[in-house]
Amino acid sequence: MGNFDIKVEAFLESFLDGGGYRSVLTGLQNTMIIAVCGLLIGIVIGTLIATVRVLPKYKTLPKVLNGICSFYVALFRGTPVVVQLLVFYYVMLPLMGLKLSSVAVSVVVFGMNSGAYISEIMRSGIQSVDIGQMEGGRSLGLSYSTTMMRIVIPQAVKNILPTLGNEFIALIKETSVVSFVGATDLYVAFNYIGTNNYEFMVPYLVMALIYIAIVLIISLLIKIMERSLRKSDRSR
Amino acid sequence: MIEVVNLNKSFGKLHVLKDININIEKGEKVVVIGPSGSGKSTFLRCLNCMEDPTSGQIIFKGVDIADMKVDINVHRQKMGMVFQHFNLFNNKTVLENIMLAPVYVGNKNRKKTGKSKAQIKEEAKKTAMDLLKRIGLEDKANVYPSQLSGGQKQRVAIIRSMAMNPDVILFDEPTSALDPEMVGEVLALMKDLADSGMTMVVVTHEMGFAREVGTRVIFMDDGRIIEENNPKDFFENPQNPRLKEFLSKVL
Repeated sequence: MGNFDIKVEAFLESFLDGGGYRSVLTGLQNTMIIAVCGLLIGIVIGTLIATVRVLPKYKTLPKVLNGICSFYVALFRGTPVVVQLLVFYYVMLPLMGLKLSSVAVSVVVFGMNSGAYISEIMRSGIQSVDIGQMEGGRSLGLSYSTTMMRIVIPQAVKNILPTLGNEFIALIKETSVVSFVGATDLYVAFNYIGTNNYEFMVPYLVMALIYIAIVLIISLLIKIMERSLRKSDRSR
Repeated sequence: MIEVVNLNKSFGKLHVLKDININIEKGEKVVVIGPSGSGKSTFLRCLNCMEDPTSGQIIFKGVDIADMKVDINVHRQKMGMVFQHFNLFNNKTVLENIMLAPVYVGNKNRKKTGKSKAQIKEEAKKTAMDLLKRIGLEDKANVYPSQLSGGQKQRVAIIRSMAMNPDVILFDEPTSALDPEMVGEVLALMKDLADSGMTMVVVTHEMGFAREVGTRVIFMDDGRIIEENNPKDFFENPQNPRLKEFLSKVL
C-alpha cells in the first residue's frame, strides 16, 4: 500500500486531466436514466399485471389475461437480466428491423424486467388492503376499476413502499450490466479511467463509494416519502 | 320498491339462501333478525348484488338487477349500504369520503345535466358539509377516518351513503362492531333517518331498535324467512317455535 499516493495521483490525473470526469458524468446520468425510467415503466407494467391477477375469475377474458400475465412473469423472472438484454438487443431488434440506442434498449428491458417483480409486490400490496375498501366503493356505485384506482391501489402503494424502494435500489445496482450491449454506465466510465494508465484500484473504489452514496440518498428519500404518506394512519 | 323472487344463494356446496321471496315497499323499515349463520347478512348483500345471487330475481324499481347484463353500478347509486366495519376509505379525509361518489357520478352525467366540474364539486361539498353539520361532525371534515371513534366512523359512513340521495339504505349489522357506549349515537341517527321517510332494510341484533323503529320484522333461520310480522305481534306473540326459542334467549 506504500504507493497508494501514486495510485490516487494516477487516478486524479486520468479523472481530471484525461477527461475521465466527463465519462463518469455520462455514466452516472445513464445509470440514473435507466434505473428511474426502468422503475417507472416497471411500476406501470407491474400495476397492470397485479390488477389482472387479482381480478375475479369467473369470466373468460380475465382468465385469458391472467394466463398471459403468468407467462410474462415466468419469462422475465426465469431468465437473467443480462440474457434479456442480449436477446433484446441482438435478436429482437434486428428481427423487428428497429434501431434503438443501447440506453433506450436498457430502459425497456429493465422496465419489463422489474415489471415482473413489481407485479408480485403490487399483488401482495393489493391483497393486503381490506376487502371492505373495495366493497365500500362498489356499494356507492363506483365501478371496479374506479374503486381500484382511487381507493385500493393508493393504499396498496403505501403498504409496499419500503419493498418498492428495495426494488429501486436493486435496479440501480443491476444496471451495471448494461455495458453488455455497449451503454456507458458508471462501470464503463471507471473502467475507462483505469485503462488510461492501468491503475484500477482507486477507480473501482471510487465507483463503489458512488454506488453506496446513491443508495443511501435514495433510502433517505424513501423514508421521507413514507412519513408523508403515513399521514392518514396517525391515530389519536 | 324491492321485490325478491325465488332468491337462492350457494357458496360452493353450502346452500345459504333458500327460495327467499319478499316485497319491500317504499318507506318501509324492514328489520331482519336471526341467529348467526342464518343467512341474514347474505340476504342483505344479495339485495345490491354485493353477493351475486345463484338464482332468482332482485327487482329494484322495475329492473332485475340480478341479471348480469344490467349495469349494477347505476342501480347501486340509488341503494346505499352501511357495513359492520364502516368501510370508510382510509386514504381519504372525511369530506373526501362523502364527496367522492357524488362527484364521480356527477362528472359521469355531465353531458346530461350540463353542469360544470366546479359546479358539481361545489354542490357535492355543500351537501357533504350540510350532512356533517346534521351529525355535528363538521369540525372533522378534514381529518382521516383513523382519527375518528367507532361511532363517528359509522355515522360518517351513514351520511356518505345518504349523500348519494338513495331510495333505500341497507344496514349490515351497523352497531355490532361498536363499543357499547357508541351504539346509541348510531341508532339515534338511524332513527332520525327512518323518521325522515327513508326506506331501510336493517340486519341487526338490536331488538329495541327493531321494536321501536321497524315497520316489519323478519326472522330468518337456516336460509329461509320463517316468520314476518309487525313489531308488536312479532315480539309479543311469536308463532314459530324457533323464533320463540330465539327471542327467549335474546330478550
